[in-house]
Formats: sequence, structure tokens, C-alpha cells
Amino acid sequence: MAYTLVSADGPQSVPALLHRNAKQFADAPAYREKEFGIWQSWTWAQTRDEVEALALGFLELGAAEGDFIAIIGRNRPYLYWAMMAAEMVGVVPVPLYQDANAEEMAYVLDHCGARFVVAGDQEQVDKVLEVQDQLTQFERIIYLDPRGLRKYDHAKLDQYTAVQDMGRKARDKHIAELEARQAKLTYDSTGVMLYTSGTTGKPKGVVLSNRNIIETAKSSSAFDKLRQTDDILAYLPMAWVGDFIFSVGQAMWTGFCTNCPESADTMHVDLREIGPTYYFAPPRVFETQLTSVMIRMEDASRMKKWLFDKFMAVARRVGPDILDGKPVGFMDKLKYGLGEVMIYGPLKNTLGLSRVRVGYTAGEAIGPEIFDFYRSLGINLKQLYGQTEATVFITAQPDGEVRSDTVGVTCPGVELKIAENGEVFYRSPGVFVEYYKNPESTADTKDADGWVATGDAGFIEEGSGHLRIIDRAKDVGKMADGNLFAPKYVENKLKFFPNILEAVVFGNGRTECTAFINIDLTAVGNWAERNNIGYASYQELARHPQVMGQIQSHVEEVNASIAEDEMLSGCQVHRFVVLHKELDADDGELTRTRKVRRKVIGEKFEDIINALYDGSPSVSTVTEVTYEDGRKGSISATLEVRDAKVFADTRKMAAE
Amino acid sequence: MKDQADGYVTADGRQIGPVVMEMKNITLRFGGVEAIKDISFDVREGEIRAIIGPNGAGKSSMLNVISGFYVPQEGEVWYKGARRAPMKPFQVAQQGIARTFQNIALFEGMTVLDNVMTGRLTHMKTGLFAQSIWKGKAEAEETANRAVAERIIDFLEIQAIRKTPVSRLSYGLKKRVELARALAAEPSILLLDEPMAGMNVEEKEDMSRFILDVNDEFGTTIVLIEHDMGVVMDLSDRVVVMDYGKKIGDGTPHDVRNNQAVIDAYLGVAHDA
Repeated sequence: MAYTLVSADGPQSVPALLHRNAKQFADAPAYREKEFGIWQSWTWAQTRDEVEALALGFLELGAAEGDFIAIIGRNRPYLYWAMMAAEMVGVVPVPLYQDANAEEMAYVLDHCGARFVVAGDQEQVDKVLEVQDQLTQFERIIYLDPRGLRKYDHAKLDQYTAVQDMGRKARDKHIAELEARQAKLTYDSTGVMLYTSGTTGKPKGVVLSNRNIIETAKSSSAFDKLRQTDDILAYLPMAWVGDFIFSVGQAMWTGFCTNCPESADTMHVDLREIGPTYYFAPPRVFETQLTSVMIRMEDASRMKKWLFDKFMAVARRVGPDILDGKPVGFMDKLKYGLGEVMIYGPLKNTLGLSRVRVGYTAGEAIGPEIFDFYRSLGINLKQLYGQTEATVFITAQPDGEVRSDTVGVTCPGVELKIAENGEVFYRSPGVFVEYYKNPESTADTKDADGWVATGDAGFIEEGSGHLRIIDRAKDVGKMADGNLFAPKYVENKLKFFPNILEAVVFGNGRTECTAFINIDLTAVGNWAERNNIGYASYQELARHPQVMGQIQSHVEEVNASIAEDEMLSGCQVHRFVVLHKELDADDGELTRTRKVRRKVIGEKFEDIINALYDGSPSVSTVTEVTYEDGRKGSISATLEVRDAKVFADTRKMAAE
Repeated sequence: MKDQADGYVTADGRQIGPVVMEMKNITLRFGGVEAIKDISFDVREGEIRAIIGPNGAGKSSMLNVISGFYVPQEGEVWYKGARRAPMKPFQVAQQGIARTFQNIALFEGMTVLDNVMTGRLTHMKTGLFAQSIWKGKAEAEETANRAVAERIIDFLEIQAIRKTPVSRLSYGLKKRVELARALAAEPSILLLDEPMAGMNVEEKEDMSRFILDVNDEFGTTIVLIEHDMGVVMDLSDRVVVMDYGKKIGDGTPHDVRNNQAVIDAYLGVAHDA
């Protein structure tokens, strides 16, 4: 593989970066953690000393090169240091998910053959001790918080600070060895091993080299112009590749400060106090925050509510343009400035997002309204697309080109290609080395030329060059005329409307698409109450003509937006029904994590699907349901089948 | 084993010390009602001592005698080897005895932190004037006291509600804040009046863990009143059983469970049979 980004000079390993920072940014804060109500901080020089003491302690305990050391706990500076100390002595750090149960932990610990475990507290120690008999190579636990562990048999336990003291005492004995081991580290030595969460099958250990970590950190830091003075809040699981790259990779490369919350519950308070300049959160965090703001505004005094509504309307209109530096009228600028003083500023402060210069969300689709809300406030929220195997970054949105429906352009150094079936492949300096002890899976995922399959289907938008992800590749089908059929893409668009709880789109192998819609009882019920519309049951509300009308307008809106997509314009929903019952995991229609089971639904509601395709105006059906106590019953209903307006592909029209 | 004057070590390795407090023939009357009739028992250093009994048995009265709120008409309270003269509750507090209440008695309008800080009151030496100027000694003193309060907040895992007014908290959390305030006094004996009343199972488990941890980490002697028999039997080293103001049993949870008088009091016997 010919990588052009490998640098001959510059730090070649994470410990080398630490030494560089300790010299270059000696007195700048490297880590902060709130403890006993006060933010404690460590400079880069102090961090190096702490890490070195621990590394010497590891040597005293007999850590050998090529060993694995597992790290389990919430985000704390001490645990990040444990990862660095491990690398210093040539040991591979393996951070684990702290909420994993003992069995899951046993699998991973045994698979990597960790000799040492660094555990955050008693809970984690208990889990490891519980499964220690299943582990052949396990030797010792080093624990951080001594609480509750005083009475434990310490034959296999050491306190973290005791190991550091041990290291400091044995400094003269081991320092030469420590330096020799660090000198051996190269771009190709393993920097970290991260286990994928394993939604399908057993977790796989993704081996990332120093090259992966440093090259990715370097290029992504440049992409977003990260600065040494930036602050980040580390609150997402340490075992997740994103946290590793943000809080270790990029933090080490640029030398910015990683802040750890006091506890999981205080994250929002700590967020406000720190005011990070670089922030990552999955869509659901933004969604919850927005909901809580909206609920509190409903309870606010009339004057405040009026001001909020008034200025939010201004923000929605011009906020994103101002953020992107596009020209905006003078009056609008004035109004937005006034809004910043009165509404946006205080609101951002409450959310803890006042200082955010670069904010990212990823992981799943974010609703355009949620996305636009934050951007209109002047928060530079962007999307990225990545995975563990790529050391996070595949694509990201550059400043000024941010939209809710794409995941951005390729990051520096990344190449993309789209396969025949729509699957996205990439190649980059961040491509992982291998799956540990699993050559078959490695070969399945990464080909000889270094191209990695993402498992996601997508396409590159012409003109902008942005990547758009449609669905998991295995769920994407073809319509009768050969067009791409991406049900989840359409369903997500439908589900962004608060009135629609669930949607199932059909059309694989057929000439046109149709859909089942579930209304959201809370949202629609609330609306009915406010408009004096009486209803006795879910069924009655679902087939109320006004509700049907609303849903129809939502479907048509979605059709209009899909029509703009050259690749997917065939997926417009031609006909739909609003179902008489909520799709339910108890009836097997959804999985426990609320994913649609297409096959089950297809068989169970065959009569309704037929009606959607044979043109009949209504369909009578009887459906079996399972109540919570396990008893079975049935609901019969007559459903109205509605036609939705479809739109011609605007681009094709223009071309013709 | 527990008759050894210098104390002993429990099966799970905890160090139980010598007798630190002794109640000798306590009788407490409210007018004609005898709430406590001639009760004697002792409390050893470092142990968890439970007082149980049916409603109206006189448990809370007993706790109030220990805390100095009630002065018994007869009998003596011996504390740290000396007979304790009748004294005001604040004097008892200064001696290192702190308590929580059955019906939560927190300052509702104040934040959790401020409530915990009130527990430090007995440790504050500077006067009103110095504190209002808040320079030098007063400032240093408050910083030191705040540090203790913060350690307790951390210990009881209530960091997230540090700045929340108590009135906005759930019942279970209020109980925990009360415990925090009592602990802030760094007591040598901690009196808990029904620490788990009205809690759900999960909250009870949390509270039990905190009580054990407090005993374990700080070596605090704990006297507690509790209704939930399962909890009492799991937590305590020794149990006093009261019924109608009289002591009907005293010993380890195992002894007490097999005591016929206790079984009768709890399950009920026909008195005129």
C-alpha cells in the first residue's frame, strides 16, 4: 500500500506525542476533572510525569512487550493515562465498555488475553473477579477508586496510586528499559485495540496502529482547524473509537485539553461550566436537549414565550446563512444581533454550547428540524460519517457546506468508491490493520488493495461531491424498473414528522412504492385535544379524516423532497394507509430495539399490501394482537387507502 | 465472643471496639404514659446497632433519649466512660452524636450543598462578625469545611444535585441528603431514624450500601431504627427489640430471630388465652 502521508520526521507514536507536548506546551492544561466540586487540572508536563510513573509501575509488575491491558471505567484522566502508560511499555491498551455485563467482558478479556485490567471502581472489579476463572492469562487488577474495596483480598489487586508509587520508587531500576521500549515504537506498532460493539455476532477487536491514530488525528485536526487552546468534554464511552480519537488522538496531536465530568449524572452541569469549543454528541442528545428547551418555553411567561417565538423565527430564517457567512440583509442582521443578546446567547449558555466552534453529530440520521435549530442559533453543528475500522473519519462536512441530509465530503487522505450495489468502500491512512485473531473477517472486510467495505449503501451527490448514506447495503433493493429501492431512507424522512411514529415502505421488485404509517398517539392526541377533536380509541383517531389529511400532506412533502434525488426519485410513495394498530414488538412486528421486521409485517398484513397495489379504495382486515399479559385478541377495521401526489424528477425533466 | 471488653472482630473482618455508650435502666414518662420502661443496653464502637419493634414500642423515644432531646425521669446514659448529665441537643451534637429524622427535617428552600454545610456548624469556630467580613480565618475555615462537605457529597453520589433546592428532590434523595448532613458533622455515633421508610426496593438497596460504606470507610458507630426486618437482619451486628416500652430481646440477628418473645410480639399472640 502506498501511502503518501507517512511522514519521516515528527512523532511516530502516542508516547512520543506526549513527550513533545510536555516540552512544547509544558504549562498548558492537558486534563481536567471535576472532583469534590472543583475542577482539578493537570498540565502536559504533569501528565507526562503521572503517565511515566504508572508505566514504571507496569514494568515493576512485569508487563512484557506485546501484552494486552484492559481498561474499564467512566471517562477519567487516570484511565486515559493508563492507555498512554501501556503504550509506553509496549503493551496494547484495550478499553472496554463499562456497562458490559460480566459475560460480555469475559469474552473480550479472554479473546485479547489481557494480563492486567485497570478498573475504575468496585463495580468493575467485581465483574472481573466474577469471571476470572474463565480467563487463562489474567493476572492482576489495578483499581482507581478504593471505595468499598478495603476488605477485598489484595492478592490480585493493586491500587492505581500504589502502582504509581511503586514506579516512582523503582525509577532507577526501570527507566533505561522504559526508554528503550519507547524508542522501539514506530508508525507500525499497535496503538490501541478497540472492540466493535458486536450487534451482529461476537465483538471483533479492531487493531489500530500509531499510523492510523496519528495520521487521522493530524488530517482531521487540520480539516477543522483545531487549536491548542480548544476544550473538549469527554463523556462518551472510552471504548468507542470516537472518544479515543477525540480525547487521545486529536488531543495529543493538537495539545488541547480533555475535560472529564464529575459523574455521568452531572454531564449537563459540567458541560455548562467547561463550555467546550469542540463538541461531539449523538443525535439523541441534541434531540433531548431541544425537547427540554421547548417544554420549558411552554411553561415560560407569555412575554418570554413571545420573544422566544419571534426571535427563533428570525434565527430560523437567517441564522444558518449568517453562520455560513452568506450575505444577509441589514435589517435581518440587526434583528439577529438583538436576538443574540436577548435569546440565542442566554440559550446557548444554558445548553453549555456558547463556545462551541466545531460541533459534530453522527451515528444515525438527525432530524432536519433539530439540526437547523442548533445551526440557526449560531452553533456550528456538522455531520460526519465514520467507523471504527477507518479510525473514525471517512467523510465530514466542511464549514460553509453543512446540510442535514449529507454526511459531507471525503476527509483529507480518504478515497471513496461506490460499488455496483450501492455499497460504499473507502481507502485511507486510517484503515485498520486487522481484526485481532480473525483473519477471515479481516479478509471479508478489507481487500488486498486496502479498500474497506462499510456495509452501508450510499451515493455521491453530483455537483457538491457530498456523500449521502441511504441505508444498510443489505436492506437496499431494486425496483422493477431497476431503480434503487431504499426503504429506510424514505421511512426516516417520514418519521421526522412528529405525527408519524413508524413507517414501513414497500416496493422491492415492484413498479411503485407504497407505505404503512403509524401515527404517534402522543403528538396527534395532543393536537386533537387542542383542536377539540374527540376520539375514543387509537383506531378512531388514526382514521379521522383530518388526521388522514395531515398524514397525506406529510407524505406528499416527503415525495417532493425525494423527487429532487436523482437516484431515489423512484421511491416516492404512491399510496399509503394509516394502520389501525401500533406496530409492536410483542406482536413480533418490531424488534426489541424498535427496528421494523419487514418479513413479518409483509406476511401478517398481506391483505392490506394487496389493497395498496390493486387500486381498491379501502380494505377490511382482521388483525391478531397480543396483550401485555400474553392473552391474544383481534382487531377488525376498515382502512382507507389514499393516493399521494408524486412528483416528476425535476432534474430529469430539465435534462430532457 | 462479644463479651470481651476490648472488642472483637466480626466474621466479615470488621473491627468492633469496646462499649462506647451505655443506657442504664432508662424510664421515660409522658404524664401518665410510660413510653420506655426500665431499659438497659449498650452500643459498641464501630458496630451497627438496630432498635426494632412494632409501632408505638418506644423506638423513636429511645433515639430521642440518646440524642438528648428527651431527658429520662429515671436511669443513666453513659457515654465514653462518663455519666452524661442532662444536656441540650446541641451539646450532644458537640459530643459527636449526629442524627437523621423519621420525617425529613431539612431546610427545604436551601440547596443540598447548603444543607450539608449546616452539618458543619459544630466545627465552625469563627464568630458572626468574622464570617460576615469573610477574610482570613473565616475564609480558610469555610474552605476547609466545604472540602469535608464535598467529600461527603462525593461519597453519597449526590454531585448532580449539589446546587438543587431540597424542595425539588424526591423523597429517597431527601433521605440521602439528610444522611449527608448528619455525616458532615463527622460524628462518632450516627443515629438513623427509619432511614428506609417509604422507599422502593432499589432506593433501599442504595441506602443499605451507603450505611455499610459509612460504617466501613469512616468507622462510624451506627444506631438505627428500622421497620423493614430483612434490612435490619442484613445490616446490623446486634439488635435490641422493644415492645410496649419494654426490652424483649437483645442479641445478634440470629438470636433475635429465634427469640420466642420477639416472634410473639411480631406475629401476635392472644393475650387473654
